[in-house]
Order: sequence, then structure tokens, then C-alpha cells
Amino acid sequence: MSAWFIALLQALLCVALAPLLVGWVRRVKARLQNRRGAPLLQPYADLRKLMIKETRVAHTASPLFRVAPYIVFVATWLACATVPLIALDLPTAGIADIIVLVGLLALGRFFLALAGMDVGTAFGGMGASREMLISALAEPALLMAVFTLAMTAHSTSLVGVMEHHLTDGFLLRPSYLFAFGALVLVALAECGRIPVDNPTTHLELTMVHEAMLLEYTGRHLALMEWAAWIKLLLYGVLIVNVFLPWGIATEFTPAALALGLVAVVVKLALLGAALALGETLMAKMRLFRVPGFLNLALLLGLLGLLSHVILEVGA
Amino acid sequence: MSLAVMPLLQQFVVLMAALALFLSFVLLAQTRLVAAIHVFAWQGALVAAVTFTVALTGHAGHLYFSALLTLTLKALLIPWMLHRLVRRLGLERHTEHLRHPALVVMAGVALVIFSYWLVLPMVEQGLAFTRNIIAVSLALVLIGLLMMVFRHQAVAQVLGFMSMENGLFLAAVSATSGMPLVVELGVAFDLLVAMVLFGVFFFQIRESIDSLDVDRLNRLKEVE
Repeated sequence: MSAWFIALLQALLCVALAPLLVGWVRRVKARLQNRRGAPLLQPYADLRKLMIKETRVAHTASPLFRVAPYIVFVATWLACATVPLIALDLPTAGIADIIVLVGLLALGRFFLALAGMDVGTAFGGMGASREMLISALAEPALLMAVFTLAMTAHSTSLVGVMEHHLTDGFLLRPSYLFAFGALVLVALAECGRIPVDNPTTHLELTMVHEAMLLEYTGRHLALMEWAAWIKLLLYGVLIVNVFLPWGIATEFTPAALALGLVAVVVKLALLGAALALGETLMAKMRLFRVPGFLNLALLLGLLGLLSHVILEVGA
Repeated sequence: MSLAVMPLLQQFVVLMAALALFLSFVLLAQTRLVAAIHVFAWQGALVAAVTFTVALTGHAGHLYFSALLTLTLKALLIPWMLHRLVRRLGLERHTEHLRHPALVVMAGVALVIFSYWLVLPMVEQGLAFTRNIIAVSLALVLIGLLMMVFRHQAVAQVLGFMSMENGLFLAAVSATSGMPLVVELGVAFDLLVAMVLFGVFFFQIRESIDSLDVDRLNRLKEVE
């Protein structure tokens, strides 16, 4: 029973922490660009503002347009809830493994693209087609990276992978290095961060994610934005907890759970700072160079798989 | 031999070998000549690091020397000479686009799988951890060959040739704790002489066909 309680707590924590991570990334980025930047808690204020505003819907919109924000939010949230955040061995991990996680993300993305096309404006359709191009190329790379991890642990469950990593201790695994690279590139593409998409732009030539949200207002927009932030948190947790699982709680004592929370917050803060630094140093690439970028991710995933087979599984 | 039972230094060797393989792929698909030369220099440095680590674990004294030789020759001297040649030929900003970059990279991946399959019979011989690296070094050689086939630019083809040599050296170091010193010195001087000759050839080719695109040699005709 207490395990279920902690799972619920963790799921709520995902939702609560996501705006904080986004606020942190924006803050560090502002500092690196010599700006003062918005306060750390600004994303919460934005959400509150959008929630109390009136929600208007275009008169050409179908009912799908109204339900899409809820589906996208719930799918992303469910996906995030299956990733071990502060404790291993939760009952949610028994329900869903990595493949289900990828599937849930794909479900959310499917409805996001449908909603983008629903109203019939030019930008929505353009954003949806771009999003589909990027995700169609990113998904094989993501699956390759995930299979590399799964082959090492002989299990597709995230908990299994992390437990295997914890018991093995520190090993210089080339396959993990390649899978890490692939996962970082895929995360940048999927979360719409800078080399692929700019999360702060509304310029028609460059926007991908924002173009699909142009027709949304009020609480619908709030849910869509929140879902995007949860997705960023999800990829962040996936990267830090799978590759550096140290500190995560393996038993359900308050001390261990507190340590797990502190560890994951520190790791996410470092990752967010690295993301902000990368976004400051890099420029956004042309859309037609994105396939090359994701090709590199796929190559890294493939090399991870091959180097696991060639170098790590012995006679 | 699985990774978990290897000592840390051998894990390091395996990691370096994997990174050298990755750099081979980067070299294969890199469009800018100067960047490709830098990648080649890093690959040489990785091979030198592998040699040094094998020398540490195997207590083979002469390997320290060959690590030093590899570092100075392949990570510093040859890249520097190539760099100077590229500058004198005015090719710093030259980019060369492969016609099907994704297909070329996939061909490289196929070569990696092929070389693993080729080395598999050695599993039965039980040759400890080295046979893993032999698959990687064979892949390095084959990808270097692939690069010489697919690139049109003479400088890029020379880079492919040199990275093939990196693969051979990696195989020699990991399989049989290095070649005898005399052989190694001979190979090193061969490489240097080859490099100088390539430099002369570059100028000759450019003088005769006004470009370093080797494919244009196919169109040479006798003047009527």
C-alpha cells in the first residue's frame, strides 16, 4: 500500500517539478546572456494566469480540438509517472516498461499533431508536418538507445536497467556512452530545444512546436505548455537516472526518499544548466539539416548496440 | 570475457577502441576537409592512448616508445603536414558533399557487422579480450577503405588511407602486444615518406586537371 502511495506522490511530484525545471533553465540562460531574467517561479505564475483566463475556441474547430489538450497532458503525465524519479521498485514500473513509455509519448504527439491540423490554419498544418518529420526520425534512434540499455540489463523495464547499473558499479561501458549521446540528441529534438527548434520563437520560418499551439487559449494552452514541460522533465530524468542512478532510494524509508529527492533535484539542476549553456553556445539549424542531426543520433544508437555485442558480451 | 570482470585499464582500452571506431564514422561523413583532418588527429591520439594503456597493463617496455611515436606522428606531424598542404592548395573552406551520406554511413555499419562476423571464429579459440578489439580494428580498416572508394577529393582519400593504418596499428597492439620495434620504425618512416609523396602528387594532380577531384581523372583524353 505504501508503495502505491509513494508512486502517487512521485507522479504528483513530476507535475509539480516540471515548471520549476523550465524556470531554472530560462533563468540560467538569461544569466548567461547577461540578462536578469524572469523569477524562478515565473512558469507557475504563467500557468495560473492561463488557467483563470477565458478559453476561446475557433468556430471551425471540431470536438477533437477541445479534448486534445487533456489527452496530450494525461499521456505525457502517465509516461512521466512510469520513470523512477526518487525511488526504485515502484508498482508503476511493473505496469509499464520502456516500450510503453515510448508508445505513450507517441500517443501524445499524435494528438498534438491532429489538434494542430484541426482548425485549418496554415501554421498549424505546417507545424504538425514538421513535428511528424522530426519524430519519425527521432523514434528509431530513441528505440536503438533504449534497446542498448535493455540488452545490457536483459530487461526492458527501466527499474531493471537501473538496478543492473547500480549492482554492477562503475564500468566504462562504450555502449552506455553511445546510448547516452543518442539519448541526448533525441531529447533535444523531441523537446524542441535549440539546435532543432527554438522554444521561445514565434517566427513562422522556424517554429515547430509553437506553430501547433497558435490557436489555443486559456486552460487548453496551459495544459499543452505544461505537457511540453513535463516532457522535458521526463527526458531529463531519463538521462540522469538511467546513466547516473546513484542516490536514488532503493527502500521506502523517509531518509532514503529524502536523499533520492535531493539527488534527483541536484542532478536535474546540473543537467538544466548544461542545457542552458548548450543553447547559448549553439545556433538553431535549418530544418533540412535536422535529418542529418537525427541520423547522427541513429548512428550513435546503432554503434551502442554493436559495441555492446562486439566489445562487452564475451565468449 | 565480459566487461564486468575486466580490470579498469582494460575497460579503458575497450572504450578508447570504441571511440576510435566512432571517429572513423565521423571521418567518413565529414564534409569539411580541415575538420576531417582534426578528427583524424584525434583518432591518432586515441590509438596512442590505447598503446600507452596496453604498455601499462602488459609491462611491455617498447610499447611506451611506440605510443610516443604514434602520438607525434599520427596526432601531430601528419595532421600538421596535411593542414599545411590544404592551406597551400587553398582548400581551407572546401566542402565536399557525399551524394548519399546516410547510405554511406549505413554501409559503414554493415562493414562493422561483417568484421564482427569475420572475427567470430576466434571466439572458439578463446583469445581473451583482444579478439573484441580485433573486430573493431578490422572495421576501422574497412571503413578507411570505404572512405577511399566514396570520396572524390584526393586529400580525403589520403585521410582514409591513413586511418586504415590506424586500424592496422590498433590490431597489432591489442592482439600481439605490438610489432617488433624495427618493423614499427619501418612502418613509421614509410608513412612519412608516403605523406611527402602525397604532397607532391597533390600539386601534380592539380596542375594537370586544375582540381583535386580524382573522379575527373576518368575523363582524361588524348588531345587530338
